[in-house]
Amino acid sequence: MSSALSITQAVNPPRAVFLDYPLGHTSGRPADKAEQFKIMQTTLRVFASATQPGDIVQLPFEWSDDHSWKDRVMRPQAGKNASESGMEDQDRHADDRIERYATPQYQLPEDEIAADEACPTCVFLSDNRSR
Amino acid sequence: MQPPIDYIARTREQYSALGYPPYDWVHNSDEPPFATPSKPLNEASVGLIASGGIYVKGQIAFHFRDDFSYREIDNRTPPAALRATHFAYDLKDVRKDANVVFPLETLHEIAAAGVVGEVGPRAYTFMGGIYSSRKVTEILAPALADRLVTDEVDLALLVPA
Repeated sequence: MSSALSITQAVNPPRAVFLDYPLGHTSGRPADKAEQFKIMQTTLRVFASATQPGDIVQLPFEWSDDHSWKDRVMRPQAGKNASESGMEDQDRHADDRIERYATPQYQLPEDEIAADEACPTCVFLSDNRSR
Repeated sequence: MQPPIDYIARTREQYSALGYPPYDWVHNSDEPPFATPSKPLNEASVGLIASGGIYVKGQIAFHFRDDFSYREIDNRTPPAALRATHFAYDLKDVRKDANVVFPLETLHEIAAAGVVGEVGPRAYTFMGGIYSSRKVTEILAPALADRLVTDEVDLALLVPA
């Protein structure tokens, strides 16, 4: 399942479905069980009927009639009028990325307290190549 | 109506405006391996692997710097125990309903409706946005593939966020 068509085309998996939704909604929108079910059902039907390696089938669902959400993705200042505010290119692409913290990032403080240090279902793989 | 966002082009645009060299995206040009299902969908066991940074309360959360560990999540984990952490997508909706990138409940409904035979015994999650594609290709992906074999699923859904 994918919401990033160009990346999936580059990765070239055996079979894929493409849902043209904002990132973070690859299998549907929140609390819409009926649509989530239809998306999954269609996905599995595509899986079962695919015969051509590398096929990517676009699913027939629309996030909204208005596609302007696509203008703002990875362009944090794109909603503002650049010429009016006199912003340079550098400013329009202000870095909105989150710092790459190297410690566990818990959703809730209580999760950190509840975390089992010996966690048997947390699998840390080793990288034998020294770089 | 607008065409899909080209995230590779847009990342290149953003990195270049910030003064970074372009990210070296994975491009696989060989024909992908393709297996034909060995049984009908309504008898198949379906595995789930998702990269949206999902963990269960009680597990250690993911970090944001090339974390290539994974979590095993029992397929009967209550939705209220699921958590999400990630640096590269808006977490507002996944924290309301994990099914937006981790469709475990959806798969249970699909199995209950008889579309598939059953849901695999456990799902696997990791942290997407791993900068080193080598770590994914050589270490993480083979480890997860082994898990799917152990779980004896007939197909697996891969759900990036």
